[in-house]
Amino acid sequence: MSTRLTITITVTVNGEPMTAAVEPRMSLADFLRAEGLKGTHVGCEHGVCGACTVRVDGRTARGCLILAVQCDGLAVETIEGATDSGRLRDLQDAFIDNNALQCGFCTPGMLLAADELLRHRATPSRQAIREHLSGNYCRCTGYQAIVDAVEQVAKRRAGQGS
Amino acid sequence: MKPTSFDYVRAETLSDVFAVLAAHGDNARILAGGQSLIPAMAMRLAVPEILIDIAGLADLRRLEVVDGRLRIGALCRHAELLDAVEVEEHAPLIARALPHIAHPAIRNRGTIGGSLCHADPAAELPACALALDASFDIQGPSGQRTVTALEFFQGIYSTNLRKDEILLSIDVPMMEPTGLCFFDEFARRQGDYAMAGLAAGAAVEDERLTHVRLAFFAIGATPIRAMKAEQILEGAAIADIDAVADTVSTAIADEIEPFDDLTTSSGAKLAMMQVLARRALAAFVDQGALP
Repeated sequence: MSTRLTITITVTVNGEPMTAAVEPRMSLADFLRAEGLKGTHVGCEHGVCGACTVRVDGRTARGCLILAVQCDGLAVETIEGATDSGRLRDLQDAFIDNNALQCGFCTPGMLLAADELLRHRATPSRQAIREHLSGNYCRCTGYQAIVDAVEQVAKRRAGQGS
Repeated sequence: MKPTSFDYVRAETLSDVFAVLAAHGDNARILAGGQSLIPAMAMRLAVPEILIDIAGLADLRRLEVVDGRLRIGALCRHAELLDAVEVEEHAPLIARALPHIAHPAIRNRGTIGGSLCHADPAAELPACALALDASFDIQGPSGQRTVTALEFFQGIYSTNLRKDEILLSIDVPMMEPTGLCFFDEFARRQGDYAMAGLAAGAAVEDERLTHVRLAFFAIGATPIRAMKAEQILEGAAIADIDAVADTVSTAIADEIEPFDDLTTSSGAKLAMMQVLARRALAAFVDQGALP
């Protein structure tokens, strides 16, 4: 146990180790952006809007509510890594097809949140989709098109729909 | 919305925690899931000099049955508890409350101990702890002590925990096969802070209610038990609950004066509490009627 003004951390980001000296007050979202990964958006910075959603050790988390120093030794996945994996391709296509984004600021967080829902529940109801996405704010779409896109992907993946 | 500068240490043992608390006193804060503390720091409502990250204390992460009680380690995350069959089976009240806590990404990080020690008046878990007669296992540098939920919650963001102490776990009695439970709250949207909520429990003996607990939250500085209403229900025949429902509503209005908050008046909160109590009674009748 020791204390310093900056702390050197190594975080596995999208499968690659990243090492940096950071101030304890730096959030994970700011750390990722400083490392060039600008897909993690910083909105409210106090855990309300969901724009900074990333995955930490396999589960979604608010990038603004975790300090970078807390992630020393952990695995983080951002929208860039999830996109490169190809796992979100159908979801991303459905967002485009349904006009489920306008300005796009919420979209990375929205995609990662929807991805987590579809991993846990193959065919969620519209109500369950709305509840799961309730922590991700979109100020453009009114959510209807986002729910449409997620529902469409769920049905397609289950082989039930167009 | 950035916190002020602070120092950060990772505790490897409980002794590390006590050493930092001894050296920094009030200026040190224990960091569990950080889902309340970090926003408070971002808004500079909290300005600690040093954070003690306890995420590495594996002993505080256990979930186990000990002497007929479910012991929930302080570091168990909401999402882990939501997935745990032990919680669904032995403490279904908590299982029903968990989906109301914030949003999935926050439930993935937030911990039960953090929520209880933060003692937000609108939080779900303190009310569950009160309704379940949970006991709190607290460790300080010179020993361990246990307090009841009634003793633990003392005011807005204020608990019985002393500056040099840490919450290790809470113990809740496992629900009996004859047990009943109910949880619901009024919030403007899923995941918002409740305007009023109720965590309730009871058991059935000879087709009558016993061990009735009605713990309301988001209506006062701490969760509050409606003890007069509980007394009215104690021993009431399940078949005749409708007959006492009005008396219960009146008792709640007599014994609890909800505080106003920024969005909801005292009168509106009281009306919500009475609706929640009626829903709880209806749920007790449904559950109590099962073979």
